[in-house]
Formats: sequence, C-alpha cells, structure tokens
Amino acid sequence: MNRFAELLDRLAYEPGRNNKLRLLTGYFREVGDPDRGYALAALTGALSFKHAKPALIRDLIAARTDEVLFGLSYDYVGDLSETVALMWPKAEGVHNNPPPPTLTEVVTTLRTLGKTELPKQLERWLDELDETGRWALLKLVTGALRIGISARLAKTAAAALGDKDPHEIELIWPGLAPPYLDLFAWLEGRAEKPVNRDPAPFRPVMLAHAIEDSDFQNLDPADYVAEWKWDGIRVQAVAGRDEHGHITARLYSRTGEDITGSFPDLVLSLRLPGAIDGELLILREGRVQSFNVLQQRLNRKAVSPKLIKEFPIHLRAYDLLGDDENDLRELPFAERRERLETFVVKLDDPRIDLSPTVPFASWDALTAARADPASAGAGEDADAVEGVMLKRRDAPYLPGRPKGQWWKWKRDPHIIDAVLMYAQRGHGKRSSYYSDYTFGVWTETENGDELVPVGKAYFGFTDEELLQIDRFVRRNTTEKFGPVRHVVHEGDKGLVLEVAFEGLQRSPRHKSGVAMRFPRISRLRWDKPPREADRLETLEKMLKAESAEIEA
Amino acid sequence: MRPQDILLPTADGLCCKPGGFHIDPVRSVDRAVITHGHSDHARAGHGAVLATQETLDMMRLRYGENFAGSTQAISYGEEIRLGDVKVKFHPAGHVLGSAQIAVTCKDTCIVASGDYKDAPDPTCVPFELVPCDVFITEATFGLPVFRHGDAADEVKKLLASVALFPERAHLVGAYSLGKAQRVMALLRLAGYDAPIYLHGAMEKITSYYRSRGVELGELRPAAGMKKAQLSGTITLAPPSATSDIWARRFPDPVTAFASGWMRVRARARQGGIELPLVISDHADWDGLTATITATGAGEIWVTHGQEDALVHWCKTQGLRAKPLDLVGYGEEEESETPVESEAEA
Repeated sequence: MNRFAELLDRLAYEPGRNNKLRLLTGYFREVGDPDRGYALAALTGALSFKHAKPALIRDLIAARTDEVLFGLSYDYVGDLSETVALMWPKAEGVHNNPPPPTLTEVVTTLRTLGKTELPKQLERWLDELDETGRWALLKLVTGALRIGISARLAKTAAAALGDKDPHEIELIWPGLAPPYLDLFAWLEGRAEKPVNRDPAPFRPVMLAHAIEDSDFQNLDPADYVAEWKWDGIRVQAVAGRDEHGHITARLYSRTGEDITGSFPDLVLSLRLPGAIDGELLILREGRVQSFNVLQQRLNRKAVSPKLIKEFPIHLRAYDLLGDDENDLRELPFAERRERLETFVVKLDDPRIDLSPTVPFASWDALTAARADPASAGAGEDADAVEGVMLKRRDAPYLPGRPKGQWWKWKRDPHIIDAVLMYAQRGHGKRSSYYSDYTFGVWTETENGDELVPVGKAYFGFTDEELLQIDRFVRRNTTEKFGPVRHVVHEGDKGLVLEVAFEGLQRSPRHKSGVAMRFPRISRLRWDKPPREADRLETLEKMLKAESAEIEA
Repeated sequence: MRPQDILLPTADGLCCKPGGFHIDPVRSVDRAVITHGHSDHARAGHGAVLATQETLDMMRLRYGENFAGSTQAISYGEEIRLGDVKVKFHPAGHVLGSAQIAVTCKDTCIVASGDYKDAPDPTCVPFELVPCDVFITEATFGLPVFRHGDAADEVKKLLASVALFPERAHLVGAYSLGKAQRVMALLRLAGYDAPIYLHGAMEKITSYYRSRGVELGELRPAAGMKKAQLSGTITLAPPSATSDIWARRFPDPVTAFASGWMRVRARARQGGIELPLVISDHADWDGLTATITATGAGEIWVTHGQEDALVHWCKTQGLRAKPLDLVGYGEEEESETPVESEAEA
C-alpha cells in the first residue's frame, strides 16, 4: 500500500503525460503481482466495493483527536482525507509494529467486509500506514482518487512494460479482470496473449490527420473516397452472440468507454452481429440537428422517455469492422464500404443509415463541395456538416492515427478578433510563461464602449508566438491579482488576438452571456488596434443563427 | 516580578524595559538583541546590536558594513548583564548562528526562542533545551497536520527522481539562508557527490557557510551553463526563481521545493511544484509540543504562525498561554529578493 501511495502522490503533482507514463511503467515493473494488478484496476476505475462515507472518516478522527485542533487543521488543509492522513495520531501502547497492509490486502478485504466491521478495520490500517499511505487509503475507500490519470493512460503505461501497442490491451480489456495476472504474464513474455471472450468487444478506432494545403499536391484524387464529416459523436456500435446464441449489443465512445446505458433506444436497433463505426446524431423528421442539440442528450445519468422522444438518436454508419464472425479490419476500405452498404440494407432500421460518399473528380471539385455541402448532396443537413473526410480506398482499418490513410478537412471555423484582457501562468513546462489568455470583445455600456470577456484560450499559438505574447504580458501588466495579470486593453493600447472556435452557446455563467466551443488563438494581430476588434453584437448574431436550430 | 514587566510586546517588537533593549525589533531601536540572520528578524539601522558572530556576519553580508551603529558578538552559553537583567544565548538549531535568548530578572527566567527546530541539521549547532518560567515559542507549523518526518528521506526522494529522469534538470527551491545549505549538506550525506549548481542569489551566503567550516562539496554557478549541460543536475534557487524566466535555461526542469509547507498538497500544487520536499527549519507540531512540555515553563507566549491551535493545546495541558500578536515575522519565505530584477542573474 505504501508503494502504491507513493506512486499516487507523485502522479498527483506531475503534469507531463510522458513523465506520468514513466512513473506508472516504473511502478508496474518494480511491483509484483497481484499488487500491481489491483493498482491498474484502481487507476482504470475497475475496482468495485462500497465506498466509505466521509461521515465515517470524521467519526474516526473525532475519536482520536481534539475537536478544536481538528477544526483548525481541516480549515487550513481543506481536504478531509488529507487532514486526517496528516494528523492521525497512532494508537498508544501498540508495541509490536504490525506491517502495513498491501494494496491487495486492502482491496480484497474491502470487497468482503461488512459495513459494521469497516470502521475498526480502517482504524487498524490507519495505525499501520505512514502519512502518504493513509492519504491514499482514504482516497481509495472514499472513491475519490482524482489524480488526473485516465484509464487509457494507465493501460498505455502497462503496455509499455511489454513494448506492446496500447490498442492491443484495449482490444482484450473487456475480457480481463483484476488483478490481471494473465495480462501481466503476457506483457512480460511469460504467457500467450489473453483471449477476449466478450461477445461485443471494443475495437480500437482509426483516426484521421488534419489535412494541410501543401498535402494535396502529393495526393491523387483517384486514390480517395470522400464523405461528409458530421458534427456528432464518433461511436462504435457492436453486436455479437454469446455462448447461448443471444445477441449482446454495446455502444462505445471512441476511447472505448461503454456508453450503452445512455442510449437504450439505439441498442434495440443493433440486431445483427457486427461492428459499425459511425457518428451518433439527433435526427428530427429526417433532418440532422446541430451538435448543440445532441449535447443535450449526452452525459445524462437518467434517460427519461421524454428525453428519448425529444432527442431521437440516430447512427450514421461509415465503416464496418466486423460482419458476424468475420473481422474485416484487414480488408481495404473500398471493400469494407461495400460490405457496410449490404449490412445496412440487411439491417433495414430507420435509426441506422449510411453516410453518403461525396463524388469528386478533382481537388477543386471537392473544394467546391466542401464550401457548399448543401448543393453537393448534403441538402438540408448541410449545417451539420463540419467538413469532409478523405479515406484511402486501399487502407486497412488501423488503430491510432496512421499517416496518409485518413484525412479530415474541416470547413473554416468561426473567427473573431478579440482583445487580450488577462493572462495567467500555465502549468508544468509552461509554468514560467503567461500562456492562458482571457479575451474580450467590445460592447456598449452606460460608460461608453467597454470590453467584456467572452472566452479563454491556452493553445493554437506557436512556441515563438508564446514567447512574444509572454513578453507583451510582462511589459504591459496594469495590475496583478495572485496568478492573474491584467494586461492593458484600451482602444489604442493592447493586443488583438484572432480567435477561432467551433460553435457558440448561450451561457448564463459568462458575463457576456455566450460561451465558445473549442476556442484557440489562430493569429496574433499586432497590426490591428484594439478598437477595431469585434463587438458582442457579432457573436450574438452568430448565436441567433445557431439557436434557431435548437428551437426548430 | 511579573513576566510582562520584563518583556512586553510593542509595535517595535518584544521590548525589555528593565534591560533597555528589544529582541528582533522590526523598526530601528537604540539597542537590539537578535536571534538569527533571517531578514524578518535581523533588520538594518539599529543603534547597537548584540548577536552571535554568525548572525552579525550575515547582517553585514546582506546590509553592508554600516548596518548598525555598533555591534557586539556573544557566544552560546555566554551570559552578559544589560541594565537590570541578565541575557544568555543558547543554540536554537534553526540556521547557522541562530540562538534562543534567555532573559533573567531577579528569579524569573523568560526564554525567547526566535525560530527553532529540534530536528538534526548538519549545518548548525543542535537546539538546546533551556528550562525556564516563561517560554516564548514560534508557531509557524503550529497545527497537528504539520509533522515533518526525516529530512534524509526527502533527499532520497529527490535523488530517486534524478535517477528516474536523468535527462531533466532538477530545480530545488530553497530559502537562500539556511535551507539551501542544509539541502546541500544532506545531499552530500546521502552520498551525492556530483557538483551542485547554484542560483546567483545564494552564492554569497553559501560561501559564508563554507568559510565557517560547513562542508558542501563541489558547487558551481548555474549562470552561463548550456542547457544540455544541465541535464541530470541539481540546482538550488530561491523559491520564487523556480517559476520564472530564469528557469527557462534548464532542460524540462522538475520543480522541487524544500519547505515544511510542502506537507500540505494544496500548498504545493498552488506553487506549481512537481516534487514537494518536506524539509523544514522550524519545529513541527510534535517538536513544538514536546519542547514546550520539556522546558517546564508554566506560561507560554506564542508568536508568529498558527497561534490559535498552539495556545489551545497549551490550555488543554493546563498551561497558561497567550498569543503575542507580534507583526512582521514569518515572512522570510515570501520576502526573498524580488524575482524580476534577478531574472537574468
């Protein structure tokens, strides 16, 4: 437990992804079975036991310490688990120093422990562990690990142990269970790869590169198929037969997260064994709705009949990875596409249709189609098209982002000119740079024109541009508030940032009343005086155009 | 005689009327008795200053030759008479030259401990317990969440990180006077014998430590080093420098900070610290409470820090206790040389 605690402690401070990976892989290498397996389970959220309530922890500390001292300490530290871990006084009169529990001991005990036995057990462990150990234990039992590690990152670190591709782990993951002895045996070359017996497993997804203008000269239009790029959610819809011949159907996000529970209305349509790669959309009377509409169906804990009725879910299919028992991923895309067309016809379900291809003979023709999807076949759905996808006819389905196979070519994003108002230091490598920017646009107030903040961005600029902005911020600070610097922003003094973003939403939480989706700095407009930056009215017009769709 | 007739908190600092002096005054006074060299305790501009030789030397280094009208050095264990009181200096274990000051008038003894720690430190004389009637204690870490553990283990953590990330530089924030030299000494005790790099702001005080016989091994200035040469090295810098332009010369630095504050995660995270090292030059909660008990004092005065908790604890132990509400102390960490000016140092 103490070694696992040490790992969590270090991870909690480490901002860099690669460094987190090294810490994790180092742990998996150093620590034996089954502890490392339970650690992997804790990090991927695969552990299941009833979590202890904060009230229980409070009772434990109350029995050991002075109430006033605990109150003052908790006020200072601000986190219950940490306060208790730091001030826990070891039991007096314990002479034989019992060894601290292992992670395995903790996890397996918690799984079987009755509710009434929990307090005594926790107390014993708290006496046996050191500060960091107690902190990790309390985080674990209260189910609040929160150390900034995704399940994907933990699996990637485990894969590195055996020099394997993390996609291979994703592939077999649904069939594995803690403490993953078979997985580690395979990673260390001591056994064969575990077989995934899940009837509806996730297949690691293939991703596209953003295409640049200079890429086209090296590409032959005849090698590629074009499709619309829909502004929805990429999903994988999988159905398979279990050992009794019954169909099991699951819906996965692009990272392999099982999201079946949120879309019971779509699961019923997955009647044929196979694996579809496609886009989740909301369709009303056959028309694709905007991403803003779709968003209202996402991340809901309870899916009410009303929600299902008002936001009818739809799957637009663009690839087929498995057809019954056959794995199609080695086939070229053109062949998979043919199999997909047959599959969708056979399925014959109103909730699942085919994403149409966009015919084109030259890059110029495709440029025209992308500029005007409505007249190039997308018709009334044109607003839900965020660009085109290019897929090589002969490309197999490869996990990850292989070079030169798939390209995404987005329509031009929304762009405004805004004025830099506040800057904040970044984290990790960027901790010496002012790299988080709040920007605003002009609006009419009773004091005349004023800037109102409309968003925050911390990427999109080059390293060189970061240096320039950082220098500008340092030389033009008007006030400092803790980590935040107010940067000069007047009609003729200040820096104009060209901000690109994907969409707008009304937001009562923002003073301006609008929130941007995916904002980033696209250019620095040293040439432009701040008074010529955009006005809030411009954003409101854009917003009206978008919200008209939601209400429709 | 009542203790408050011997020592009384005033706006200038702790005033000893019968002795005609102030202890660690925050404003200019005629006669100052100074516990140690940190800038919040040792200020320039007093008429006469009584302190250990080391403290006087450090003040001279920081403020120049004319930092006081006159100076008088006193050794540990030495007792002198000032007015109607006797003053005796005892080691406080805080930094080189730090002292507790025992003030005795008639048969009442008050010990003003300044800043102190009861943990071992290879760079200074260990803390000496002085029995007394009234003990004046600091409370920088006066909450039971502050328990510092063994500093050697923290240094091991630093070395393990250097081994794990050999291509990165390790940048350790440490207060220039005391903490930095203690970290260096601990690194040497742990067997680390590579050169240690220093920020320009701590060179002077570090060479003073060496001149007083503190062994620190090979030290080099970080200034003028090429980025690639700093891979796998350890550099000590004032805490504020680790997050500023100065830090850009290091290859993908791991930012560490050696301080008792690092015990609390939120504190470390706020400062953007990746490797918190819990190394403190102040007594932790267990140290404070054990020391208070051991002095045998029946009355405890608590100064700068978390006075409330410590005063509460004293009362639960049946001791008379009160906060002194002195202002101007405990800010040595924040008042390090402003960074912008030393950005290119």
